[in-house]
Amino acid sequence: MTAADRPARPGGTFGAYRALLGAQARAQTTYRASFLLDLVGNVGATVFDVVTVLVIYGVTRELGGFTLRETLVMVGLSSSAFAVADLLVGNIERLPTHVRTGLFDAVLLRPLGALPQLLLMNLPLRKVSRGLFGVGVLVVALTSAGIDWTPARVALAVVAPLAGVVFFGSLFVATATVSFWWVDSGELANSVTYGGRDFTTYPATVFDGWFRAAFAYGLGFAFVSYQPALALLGRADPLGLPSWAGWAAPGVALVAVAVAAAAWRTGIRHYRSTGS
Amino acid sequence: MAGLRKEGNGVGSVTATAAPSTSANVTRWFRTFGAISRAGFRRYSTYRQAALAGAVTNTVFGFLHCAVLLAAAGSGTVGGYDRPRLATFVWMGQGLLAVVLLWGWTDLADRIRTGDVAADLLRPVHPVTSYLATDLGRAGYAALARLLPPVLVGPLFFDVYLPSRWPTVGLFVVSVVTAVVLCFGCRFLVNAAAYWWQDARGPVLLWTLGSGVLAGLYFPLRFLPDWLQLVLWFGTPFPSLMQTPLDVLVERDPPAVQVGLVALQLGWAVLVLAACRLVQRRAERRLVVQGG
Repeated sequence: MTAADRPARPGGTFGAYRALLGAQARAQTTYRASFLLDLVGNVGATVFDVVTVLVIYGVTRELGGFTLRETLVMVGLSSSAFAVADLLVGNIERLPTHVRTGLFDAVLLRPLGALPQLLLMNLPLRKVSRGLFGVGVLVVALTSAGIDWTPARVALAVVAPLAGVVFFGSLFVATATVSFWWVDSGELANSVTYGGRDFTTYPATVFDGWFRAAFAYGLGFAFVSYQPALALLGRADPLGLPSWAGWAAPGVALVAVAVAAAAWRTGIRHYRSTGS
Repeated sequence: MAGLRKEGNGVGSVTATAAPSTSANVTRWFRTFGAISRAGFRRYSTYRQAALAGAVTNTVFGFLHCAVLLAAAGSGTVGGYDRPRLATFVWMGQGLLAVVLLWGWTDLADRIRTGDVAADLLRPVHPVTSYLATDLGRAGYAALARLLPPVLVGPLFFDVYLPSRWPTVGLFVVSVVTAVVLCFGCRFLVNAAAYWWQDARGPVLLWTLGSGVLAGLYFPLRFLPDWLQLVLWFGTPFPSLMQTPLDVLVERDPPAVQVGLVALQLGWAVLVLAACRLVQRRAERRLVVQGG
């Protein structure tokens, strides 16, 4: 598994990454029963998120002025984007452990990018089930919400979840860099990553005051699911943003990538090994 | 707590390797139990930064969940809770989460996998008892560091409900302690699967999945149909982990029902602790610790 001797192989850097991924896939699927259990267990978490929304709509007709069908579009956008980002990048959550145990030193010594290595080193293939379920929820929600389909809306229905993946992925990386400064930051990152997932599950109108301002516009979560869902459903924003705000999702995602990249570079430069 | 007292003369007598205790000295037993609890308190109180990070996270989730449930209530009530009751339910729930510690405890499974559990079996205190004592110490620290922050922040931003009957407060304290003991017992059982399988990842995963939603953390279980509530409360220990103490605190039901819910909770705690001791005894008969 040492990646250091890989670049000598034909295929160069790309071949090295592919070898890393292949080794991971073989390792994780070796214990088949355990892997299957993990697949089932991981889909459960997303299932319960959807069940929660259904149960809450079981006791109320509308939430923040939105019906169940409308909210489900947001649930679909949010859970598919979060689940896919979690599959691809969520693994960076372990960065605090890598920093604490000194494994990160080894990663930096290898002649490959630190970030891709970290992501591929332990790519959680078991989370594939969660991603598929999230996409399934999105498809069901889009087909049952009575959307008046136009070519523009079809394009948005494809672009918005992809932008969401990029957005959540950037968020995972940006929050993980906190551990370069604060090794014991523990679950702090969860408040924005999992918290952001919970926020984007519901219409932004559910929230209030400065908390909504901070999460929806300060951190940009409104553009992950709420605004694109409004544009898809053809509803005016009760909070007053113009109708093109739904199309801002890719732009917001790019800003998130820039911020995450800057945070990561600063973090790497600041990194001083915890080792002796 | 009843199950715990009964162990007074059982210290050391079940562990195969320990010398049988000759004096059934209750005072000494309590002193040992207290010392282990204090050690647990000190051990967890060293992770101050992690506790701070956790408290911040609980507070953020308090805002999120509270807003959603209040939106569901509109200006009226939902599931038998009015707006202040929902706020108290959410904020105290975020505080209790770390006290009962639903997630993230794999100490026993890790020690079984590495073989360190052999050291626990050599001690003159029953493993279930010593782990429980440590966990109560941990819960004591969590009550200060993790329960207080969200419980103090919530009322600054939301109208919360305070109990109107004085016995509620005492009953709530009993209910929380019982929930901690019960949750410890459940975690011990889940971890104990490692005695048979070397690894408890599967059971821990299922526990993590089921406990959050079935304990009432995602939404109050009173939102569910009546028949399902009955099945959950009587058929599983989950509602007794969080939903019961929270319902007691917000006085969701008349006093008789409050007492009944806590009695049911106590019943589950006794049953689960007894199961822990039984499982531990079975496991010790078949445990083979590798290595020299």
